[in-house]
Amino acid sequence: MALYQAILELADDNLVLGHRVSEWCGHAPLLEEDLAMPNMALDLIGTARTLYDYAGKLEGKGQSEDDMAYLRDEREYRNCLLVERRNDDFAHTMLRQLYFAAFMKPFWDAAANSSDEVIRGVAGKAVKEMAYHIRHAGEWVIRLGDGTEESAARMKDAVQALAMYVDELFVSSAAAAEAEAAGILPKRADMRPAFDAVINHIFAEAMLTTPEVAYPQTGGRDGLHGEDLGHMLSVMQALYRAHPGASW
Amino acid sequence: MSLAAQEEARAWEAAAQVPDPEVPCVTVADLGILRWVRVENGVCRVGVTPTYSGCPATLAIELAIETAILDAGIERVQIERVLSPAWTTDWISAEGRAKLREYGIAPPEEATGKGLKLFGETTVHCPRCGSTHTERLSEFGSTACKAQYRCKACAEPFDYFKCI
Repeated sequence: MALYQAILELADDNLVLGHRVSEWCGHAPLLEEDLAMPNMALDLIGTARTLYDYAGKLEGKGQSEDDMAYLRDEREYRNCLLVERRNDDFAHTMLRQLYFAAFMKPFWDAAANSSDEVIRGVAGKAVKEMAYHIRHAGEWVIRLGDGTEESAARMKDAVQALAMYVDELFVSSAAAAEAEAAGILPKRADMRPAFDAVINHIFAEAMLTTPEVAYPQTGGRDGLHGEDLGHMLSVMQALYRAHPGASW
Repeated sequence: MSLAAQEEARAWEAAAQVPDPEVPCVTVADLGILRWVRVENGVCRVGVTPTYSGCPATLAIELAIETAILDAGIERVQIERVLSPAWTTDWISAEGRAKLREYGIAPPEEATGKGLKLFGETTVHCPRCGSTHTERLSEFGSTACKAQYRCKACAEPFDYFKCI
């Protein structure tokens, strides 16, 4: 059951961020970005699907990936708070993406040595995808941070708004800690040096500094979410709940 | 050759002809996503590896492979999604690379074993004129597996099959 919970946390991170990124489809500032955003959303949702499928099998109660994505309420979601934050402007979206990918790249890298075959398979694929998510988001953070007065101000606002959600990435829930002890998942706290190296490199070029965070925000792993997630789920789940069992 | 081996060969031949729905110049065998075919107890099992986690073509590919094998007269087909080891562009055959170039898509440039460059550019050859004087327009192209490039020598805009 602990492993089910730990896999669910990972799946929720990927699905929630994937849905957030997909919200840019048709609204991105450039045609290239309008292609890029759904592309990256697909990477994340694809990863989530495999993990939900696996979690459902571990739980053994016959839950499908759709059941888990569409029929769980806000309090049952176990994603970290960073990924649920609303898109706001492009600066916020790109910084959120950079923070997440800078964490997940070393995480999947380490997970390639997992004792669990499904995790190894997911990791092998996702690590490469996270590498180009970092490149893409990093380029934008630099372009906006070291850009015009307006773009630099927005980038700084984004850092102020999101930095408080970073620490939660490195915290393992009780379920995750069990999976880590069993060699199934890498230890979250161990990702800090690799994460810092990427963020410091990009922030230096983007003329940004990491602020002191007085009150790091946590709670997502316990189902305690911010005001944004419920609104997102209401849109994401409406169709399936109106037509239970609907499939493509 | 045993009956099962004959069926395996026939199934492989049929499956190998299936074109990729998004890059139809190459087949699933060229791309290396058709992993294996095994006939056991009258059931033909086929291993297929997705290219990208969220590749929307995965289902279409699996269905096309199943149909092709059924059309070859084999009655019971079971497609299995193989996640591990993860597909890399190194699995694209030399023939596949040549077909991509012919089609106007620059094939992936370097072996993934060297590790992924987080920053900095890869040198990409223009599929038309072969020049390395090319620039990336966007990391993301018309499908998950491609990036958009432009050749500064012959002015050709082209897709680059990303190296992952």
